[in-house]
Amino acid sequence: MCGIAGLISHDYRKENGARLKQAMVLQNDRGNGLGAGYAAYGIFPVYKDHYAFHVMADSTVAIEEVSHFLKEYFWIAHREEISIWDKVITDHPLFQRFFLQPKLSASDIDPDDFVTEKVIRINTSIDGAFICSSGKNMGVFKGVGTPKDIYEFFRLDEYQGYCWIGHNRFPTNTPGWWGGAHPFNLLGWSIVHNGEISSYGINRRYLESYGYVCTLQTDTEVAAYLLDLLIRRHGLSIRDAVTVLAPPYWSSTNRMTDVTERNRLVALKIIYESAMLNGPFAILAGFDGGLFSITDNTKLRPMVVGASENYTYFASEVSALYEMEENMAEVSTPRAGQPVIVYYDAEGKGEPS
Amino acid sequence: MKTSQPGSRSTYRPVFDLDLCDGCGQCAVECTFNEIKMVPHGNKTIPVANRLACGACHRCDIMCPRQAIRIVEDPLVTRPHGVWSSSHIQRAHLQAASGSVALTGFGAETALPIFWDKILFNACQVTNPSIDPQREPMETITYLGRKAERLGDVVEPQEMLRRLIPVNTPIVFAPMSYGSINLNLQKAMARVAKELNLLWYTGEGGLHKDLYPYADWAILQVASGRFGVSPEYLKLGRGYQIKIGQGAKPGIGGHLPGEKVLEGISETRMIPLHSDAISPAPQHDIYSIEDLRLLIYAIKEANNYKPVCVKIAAVHNIAAIASGIVRAGADMVYLDGYRGGTGAAPNIVRDNVGIPIELALAVVDQRLREEKIRSQASIIVAGGIRNSADVMKAIALGADAVAIGTPVLIACGCHGCQRCSSGKCPWGLTTNEPQLSGRLDVDWAAERISNLIKAWHHEMQEIMGLNGIYDLGSFRGNRLILRGVDLDEKELSILGIKYAGE
Repeated sequence: MCGIAGLISHDYRKENGARLKQAMVLQNDRGNGLGAGYAAYGIFPVYKDHYAFHVMADSTVAIEEVSHFLKEYFWIAHREEISIWDKVITDHPLFQRFFLQPKLSASDIDPDDFVTEKVIRINTSIDGAFICSSGKNMGVFKGVGTPKDIYEFFRLDEYQGYCWIGHNRFPTNTPGWWGGAHPFNLLGWSIVHNGEISSYGINRRYLESYGYVCTLQTDTEVAAYLLDLLIRRHGLSIRDAVTVLAPPYWSSTNRMTDVTERNRLVALKIIYESAMLNGPFAILAGFDGGLFSITDNTKLRPMVVGASENYTYFASEVSALYEMEENMAEVSTPRAGQPVIVYYDAEGKGEPS
Repeated sequence: MKTSQPGSRSTYRPVFDLDLCDGCGQCAVECTFNEIKMVPHGNKTIPVANRLACGACHRCDIMCPRQAIRIVEDPLVTRPHGVWSSSHIQRAHLQAASGSVALTGFGAETALPIFWDKILFNACQVTNPSIDPQREPMETITYLGRKAERLGDVVEPQEMLRRLIPVNTPIVFAPMSYGSINLNLQKAMARVAKELNLLWYTGEGGLHKDLYPYADWAILQVASGRFGVSPEYLKLGRGYQIKIGQGAKPGIGGHLPGEKVLEGISETRMIPLHSDAISPAPQHDIYSIEDLRLLIYAIKEANNYKPVCVKIAAVHNIAAIASGIVRAGADMVYLDGYRGGTGAAPNIVRDNVGIPIELALAVVDQRLREEKIRSQASIIVAGGIRNSADVMKAIALGADAVAIGTPVLIACGCHGCQRCSSGKCPWGLTTNEPQLSGRLDVDWAAERISNLIKAWHHEMQEIMGLNGIYDLGSFRGNRLILRGVDLDEKELSILGIKYAGE
């Protein structure tokens, strides 16, 4: 059991994390104090075109090792301590933030590929250090504690974002540690997840053949990498990528009357069989400009969606939606396996291609 | 062979309950090895075992209308010895009498580890609910063949689908040729393949005209003897299989003696009546990988790119061989393990050559993934799959599908007497003598085979459900579902699984 909440403004209106925190605090009992976290989008307007790395480390030695590595491969535009309030949580790792531009050589064509590879290298080779956030104009804040503690620890009142997601963890099959808290992030992708991914074994092997290395001991990690692979590297639309994660049953595709569409869906299912998620899950994923939710085909984990005039809200529990907005215009419960995709580009609503 | 020399007695014999026996003589008719004689005894005739030929086929036992027969073990008692067991002594006796290669059927019987038995499944508890297959969909549909790596590579989804073979459940019938088995058994398999949307393999004996209606569910074999391969043959079928090797006898060929080449077989194999059908050990136009590539593409060109499967025996360097085969254009790699069955193989080869399928599968799947060519070919494994748990363990190790031969024979009455090559199969399976092949009723056999598949399918769904997985695709290659017991670190690392408790 875990708790999830998220909100996104339809017109990039920014706010601090207070409303989201309220929803998470209400869902406090969905976790056990062994993990909570937040991701916020639009929070670094000054360095919005730089990759913002959040480094989580056991020691200053590890941080310096990361710093040394980063200097070799990136132009460091700015480096700062991530401000914390350590009266809330005294036993914690060290945090540093780097705003970076990759030093691309001629052969490194895609900067995102370059960054992905470096993040994986740091996470697998530098002892005691993790990059827990690597997107542009966004950040992930997570650790061991309750949602309220983690919110206060990272002083999230002080950030202004147009989209926030949060997670409250009740770890059952993997250790509760700072790196294992949600959200999981790679580039702009942030995932919070309630459930257990029974397909983890094959998802992980599938990702490994594309160079992704799972280091965080938690099944949710694969979802972040899958999105990166499917959408950014394989060029799938968000809708197709979500279909890959929670595809319709064969019995449903067999009933489809539109042959062209059916063949396309069947091809998608066949090609990406190893990327399909199985097991109970409700996932909320943040990306640049949008949010989407998806649940497993039997809907063994809850997800509700609310809408007001300028916002869309997601949560595990309906009451949590009302913590974010008293005057909710509409509350709905997505069907099992039915994705909800919210995306607003600069010109207004649209689904990213 | 004279009956009075060492090595001539059988290890089993029927015993008769003479209180139940009414002397009808059915047992003597059923026994094709002349083990049973009816002899006068007082005022009735009674069956007597001659203790020379019983192979424990159980035909007499099951066909006895009064259930008056039991088969008992009657081993040659030899003085216990750590090296010379009675079976070694017996075989040496036999060969001293015959002067020939000892032939056998069925799969290897040595006491090497069976890794399936040292692997256990996970199950859901508390945090990830299991799914009840009685209540929720539990799907096993599998597409076999070459798949695109990414959707963007697919110009026309329909064209990719045309080149794939869907099966409702990932169990196919292993190649057993018309000649090694009879047409009735092939008809039964073909019918079940069509009924359940599975696949059957012809083996090397060609495709009999009666089976043309089932060609869309058949993989037609092109082997070293090229039997039955005609322009027409290369248009029929759902796909093709180039046979390089067989698990029970890697590196050697086959021989169907002339006396077994009867009319239907001669016509289907396109060879003269009663001529020996010899399949050379290698394919004489394939001396290396580039030759295989030529044959793969020759077959594809002949039939508008239906999938081509290459069957190899699991041997030491299997991962590299499989990788080469995929790069040569094969759409399916069929791995036949050390314990694979056969109609006839030298005992010494069957029991001493090749490697277990579990290890072969584990290394091939891993190698193809490491080389990023796993999507280019399906892996089909065979060789000692005994039940649905074996099937699911194979799938979790990375197989796309498994092939079963021996279980099909068993479904039709086989008790494993291992005398397939004798031509006297009492159950009418591995024989083409008309009076014996007539013992196999096609309807009965089809029902039994179909039942076996359905039963296994139910059990497979249970195993998926108790792991909380509703689509077999998430089971395939998911080695975290498996844990090993009684395995050392090397074995675990080759299998790519953790030890129980980890």
